Amino acid sequence: MPVKGQIASGRLLAVSNLTKLFGSFAACNAINLQIESGEIHALLGENGAGKSTLVKMLFGVLAPTAGEISWMGDNVRITSPGEARKLGIGMVFQHFSLFEALTVAENIALSMDRSISLARVAEEASRLSRVYGLPLDPNAHVADLSVGERQRIEIVRALLQNPQLIILDEPTSVLTPQEADRLFETLLKLKAEGRSVLYISHRLEEVQRLCDRATVLRHGKVTGACDPRAETPASLARMMVGNDVAVVTPEGTNTKGDVQLEARHLSVAARTPFAVSLKDVSLKVRAGEVLAIAGVAGNGQSELFDALSGEYPVSDDNAVQIRQKPVGTRNINARRLMGAGFVPEERHGHAAVSSLSLSDNLVLARNQSDRRVFLGGGFLKIIRQGAIKAAAKRISEAMDVRKSGEDPPAGSLSGGNLQKFIVGRELDRQPAVLVVNQPTWGVDAGAASRIRQALVDLAKAGSAVLVISQDLDEIFEVATEIAVISEGRLSDPYPARELSREKIGLLMGGMHGKTEGAGAEHAH
Amino acid sequence: MRIELEKRAKVSALFSILSPFIAFALTIVFGGIMFALLGKNPVAALYSFFVEPLSEVWSLHELAIKAAPLILIGVGLSVCFRSNNWNIGAEGQFIMGAIAGSILPVVFYDWQSPLVLPLMLVLGMIGGALFAAIPAFLKAHMNTNEILTSLMLVYVAQLFLDWLVRGPWRNPQGMNFPETRTFGADAILPEMIASGRTHWGFAFAIIAALAVWFMMRYTLRGFEITVLGQSERAGRFAGFSSRKMIWFSMLFSGALAGLAGISEVSGAIQQLRPVISPGYGFTAIIVAFLGRLNPLGIIAAGLVLALTYLGGEAAQLSIGVSDKVTRVFQGLLLFFVLSCDTLIHYRIRLVRERFAALKADEAH
Ligand SMILES: Nc1ncnc2c1ncn2[C@@H]1O[C@H](COP(=O)(O)OP(=O)(O)OP(=O)(O)O)[C@@H](O)[C@H]1O
Ligand SMILES: [Mg+2]
Repeated sequence: MPVKGQIASGRLLAVSNLTKLFGSFAACNAINLQIESGEIHALLGENGAGKSTLVKMLFGVLAPTAGEISWMGDNVRITSPGEARKLGIGMVFQHFSLFEALTVAENIALSMDRSISLARVAEEASRLSRVYGLPLDPNAHVADLSVGERQRIEIVRALLQNPQLIILDEPTSVLTPQEADRLFETLLKLKAEGRSVLYISHRLEEVQRLCDRATVLRHGKVTGACDPRAETPASLARMMVGNDVAVVTPEGTNTKGDVQLEARHLSVAARTPFAVSLKDVSLKVRAGEVLAIAGVAGNGQSELFDALSGEYPVSDDNAVQIRQKPVGTRNINARRLMGAGFVPEERHGHAAVSSLSLSDNLVLARNQSDRRVFLGGGFLKIIRQGAIKAAAKRISEAMDVRKSGEDPPAGSLSGGNLQKFIVGRELDRQPAVLVVNQPTWGVDAGAASRIRQALVDLAKAGSAVLVISQDLDEIFEVATEIAVISEGRLSDPYPARELSREKIGLLMGGMHGKTEGAGAEHAH
Repeated sequence: MRIELEKRAKVSALFSILSPFIAFALTIVFGGIMFALLGKNPVAALYSFFVEPLSEVWSLHELAIKAAPLILIGVGLSVCFRSNNWNIGAEGQFIMGAIAGSILPVVFYDWQSPLVLPLMLVLGMIGGALFAAIPAFLKAHMNTNEILTSLMLVYVAQLFLDWLVRGPWRNPQGMNFPETRTFGADAILPEMIASGRTHWGFAFAIIAALAVWFMMRYTLRGFEITVLGQSERAGRFAGFSSRKMIWFSMLFSGALAGLAGISEVSGAIQQLRPVISPGYGFTAIIVAFLGRLNPLGIIAAGLVLALTYLGGEAAQLSIGVSDKVTRVFQGLLLFFVLSCDTLIHYRIRLVRERFAALKADEAH
């Protein structure tokens, strides 16, 4: 079977003057881009630069307002993902589209031709997953799988169509370092076969490691192209943001005050079969401190967040203390009223409701803590739109949230911009205690440094900050103390200055040193 | 050739507005076809079904009487449906409200006082709410599917009413007819306007619709309902409890259904009989959806569905078809409303097989 993709010029895809308008706002503005056969091409740009919009047009999810796409030398109009797949384009989205109740094979079959039997899909999927080193059990239910495994399904699903071009939108922002390494091996294998990859990421180190060429977008326009290996992360960041990325200036002269947030022997049974139970977790955060909790995802981070935030209160009132008052059994709004603020990890459907406007999403988090300003009409609790819109505007300006329109639905913001808003929503209150889970996932270098600086500044101003993060660079940038979570147990805290990456790595492996003592051999 | 549904990138604003109208138009077209198959002139039949009932003052009053319970129940259901609680048992809550409200005029018929009527209305609401509390409790604490429990409780309510009017509450002076005594003057919901029979139940319906509209649009409670309907997790983050929302929405819709029940009995029938509703509680589900779960839309939809009841009666008399056509029209309408809503999220595409096949060949 002659493959049509083997063409002399080597040019697989060329995009000229591609433009997408949302109303009068140009998310992509006359973009030119070429992708050769057999290259890994990076698409870089700050949050809201138009990266996702561009690749959605290539995959037929969005219709371009103007411009042309040429595929293997022919002009094409791609009006649906089905058509893109037929041409030989596969895509792995920033936010996954899987049915949790179905098995891996069923999910894959859904995007395939209906004439192919489930058994053949399963067989083909497990063959591909072996060839590309992406272990997958076709009969597993998606609900039971980790984020990394879910992403493998998306990749295998894309590979099954035998694509010439695979587009990955921020694939590693949710992966552990080990999972990311495995993904890179797969991508290099694809490249060796002569396929091309279009790769979107905010992690500049991995772009340098992996990619042959890079195109940089800013405000919807191409602002440069380069060989990422010839650049430094700092120079790449400068191309993206337009100026130097500020270096986070940590602690300095933090004066440590009283304990503001405390967990005492916090134990929580797993709520679902896939959750992790918390085992005797104790921690203290003083005013002026940033305690960072490192660990590989899925070791109890979200369970710890739920217990500290009060979304799922615990039975022992003393197990959680905010400003030295027991709150273990109180709900999230009671804790907010005591001066605490919370930023969960998942943006869509947890920290924000995508279909609601930004101002409504402000009410979501602050309907009790700011009820004097935001609510009127006594017991009727009438929402004061004016005051809320003004506050939403203030937050957007403070955090430099880029959006189309005054008060758009949260779902129309780019991932990173929504994250800025969600963090800004809490910072705007100057909370005495702030608990943040993965503060900067999917956030560009410039915005990430702004968010981290804001966390550091908040602590300097006398608040207690707890940051849960997988990103060691982030942890070393912001933390004054570091503890490591592993299988629902938390290590003792160490001053950030005394801890090396190697030591953290050991702690992540479950060797809790003095806390576990004799129990250490359990880990192996 | 084959038809494909393709997901729109964005919800279509145009079709959100248009869809109920398209559904109504399709219902008329298929209704016409049905009349033609029955051997009637479709135009004349549709005229006597949909237009004639609107041409006289007394029948406009009948329209308002029938619309009142539909709107009242539909408004309550919209709160349930928006918060993701699927109360399908409003018919049962309607009946239980009617029974609870009738305790005073049937059991304590001697007691005459201006307090009787207000108390009856309150009892009606309590009766409906308590009956809705059963599926609410089962869902909130036992994780039971409320669609099944609320639906099955309708049969319990119907049989309970049947037993009451044949047994303990039968009118001793009623020559063994299965009816209660007729209500005394103090227990009757008066007429609203001098020109006809429309009673205050219609006013209750409009007031309820306006109040719920206000609640959904301006208050924190309305916001809570919207958020919990979209994402339970985000609601929990906001400090809203989906368990409390189960209770609130079920009790609220139960109370409105109960109020509709006692208003109907006290305003229109003035006694209890084995059957007091031509399926208002079920038809109100159609009303809620046809009105886009928006209280103002529900007022309009309630009037439309009330017309199908009147049209059925009129068609029975003037063209001699069974009044079952009412049910057919209601069914058609619900079917088309739900299917037209697909257009809001999907685009319909015709795919030409031959062309597709050619392309596939090319690829090999
Ligand atoms: N459906 C939409 N309606 C209106 N505006 C939109 C829509 N989709 C995207 N936008 C706007 O277009 C801009 C580009 O968004 P896009 O998602 O392409 O950014 P991105 O480069 O992928 O950013 P990130 O790195 O944060 O994911 C943003 O300002 C966003 O608000
Ligand atoms: Mg994006």
